[in-house]
Amino acid sequence: MSTKVYAGTEVPVNEEGFFTDPGQWHDDMAAEIARESGVGELTERHWVIIRFMRKEFAEKGTGPTVRALGKTSGVSVKELYQLFPKGPAKLAARIAGIPKPRGCI
Amino acid sequence: MTKRIVILGGGTGGTLAANRLRRALDAEYEITVVDRDDDHVYQPGLLFVPFGLAQADDLVRSRHRQLHDGIAYLGSGVDRVDTEADRVHLADGGVLDYDVLIIATGARLVPEETDGLTGPGWMTKAFSFYDLEGATALARTLEEFDGGRLVVNVVDMPIKCPVAPLEFCFLADWYFQERGIRDQVRLTYVTPLDGAFTKPVASRTLSGMLQDKGIELVTEFNTGEVDGEAGKLISFDGREVEFDLAVVVPAHGGAECIERSWGLGDALGFVPTDEHTLQSKARDNIFVIGDAAAIPTSKAGSVTHFEGEVLTRNVARFLAGEELDASFDGHTNCFIESGFGKALLIDFNYDTEPLPGHYPSAVGLPLLAESRLNHLGKLMFAWLYWHSLLPGRDLPGVSTAMPRAGKRFETR
Repeated sequence: MSTKVYAGTEVPVNEEGFFTDPGQWHDDMAAEIARESGVGELTERHWVIIRFMRKEFAEKGTGPTVRALGKTSGVSVKELYQLFPKGPAKLAARIAGIPKPRGCI
Repeated sequence: MTKRIVILGGGTGGTLAANRLRRALDAEYEITVVDRDDDHVYQPGLLFVPFGLAQADDLVRSRHRQLHDGIAYLGSGVDRVDTEADRVHLADGGVLDYDVLIIATGARLVPEETDGLTGPGWMTKAFSFYDLEGATALARTLEEFDGGRLVVNVVDMPIKCPVAPLEFCFLADWYFQERGIRDQVRLTYVTPLDGAFTKPVASRTLSGMLQDKGIELVTEFNTGEVDGEAGKLISFDGREVEFDLAVVVPAHGGAECIERSWGLGDALGFVPTDEHTLQSKARDNIFVIGDAAAIPTSKAGSVTHFEGEVLTRNVARFLAGEELDASFDGHTNCFIESGFGKALLIDFNYDTEPLPGHYPSAVGLPLLAESRLNHLGKLMFAWLYWHSLLPGRDLPGVSTAMPRAGKRFETR
């Protein structure tokens, strides 16, 4: 278990950089995590997804997969890849401070 | 007072659940299985059809004939379930009321969700072998294929039988060698995963096998579009893989009747279910078996078989007002056909990934290694499927809980 400092606060993260305690995340941290993840400046469209990830996690205890995001978030899978290239579900989860979505078997 | 158990789906899960419940419950419980057609397909056999190793006709039997006496069979589509009213609405407008509902509606192929996949080239240059029609058409095309780029592509997880596309690659390598044209075929496996398989130890073994057989591996490829005319797969992040023949495992979703049932399914149409008791999260009197369940295990017949014992016990306990048994461990057991009359066996559960060793104990079938014995096991399984698994019998020497004996845990 390691830690990272975002927006001046030290938070615990796992070896891949995902928050282990989503309760410690707040909005101010997202921009820093996004830059660090190679996503760049966050737009309002990014925030639609970040908020959606937070809500899904709060309700279901796990973040959605890309396909589920495309069906339920109001943002198409194509646009999701434009917003979060190389893996929208993983990147958005990381920026939203929730654990890595549980992979499929 | 008569109680009614309604089972949606007469495939592997619905059939074995019905037969097990019929034995476990008194005659005062009515059991009705609903399915829209009477064709029960032995799905593990589909893999062999494209290579001429199985005939489509031999894989299909009547659904209702697999059900024991005392089980009603209703040939009807299902419109939706009203979980508030404990009522199933049938496609023809009729209704079925239930005390307990068992969802065994499986998974559905949704090739139309991928841009271009069902457009030009579908069933001439791009095929799925996951249904009878596709597997049969692919057999004809493969016979005429005399060289070029053959790409095997998994569009998205979850899919039924996650090892089947790898088996297809191994069998294709064997098939073209048999025909003496292997050197004229470039074989490529294109997967959204970051390796050949989902779990690390098995992924290493299977990646090594792909390499040994000269099959290229393209990972983390999320197929956004299939351009049949130009012959290329295009990923969402703009990468391209060219093909002359594409064997595509389309995205999967749950049954349409689940999508039409408010509050029952998730975004993909699978039913959120307690992974240990198999009770649905939507309602206490709804249980789920097989591919229809959104639980973190493989969508595979062996899983469905192992679920059968826990599901039956829990339906009986629920009806008696007793506490449920939370013992389902996600046990999965798969033969992986590797060509040349050999196969591997993998055995795992929620907590233990596929490891080398032997099954079911130190003396037994080799795990995660090629052998002729495993190939014979795979062939024998077809008989067991119709004669032991569907009738709801336990298989000799095969326990519901995953055995730890025989596995080499230190290799992690």
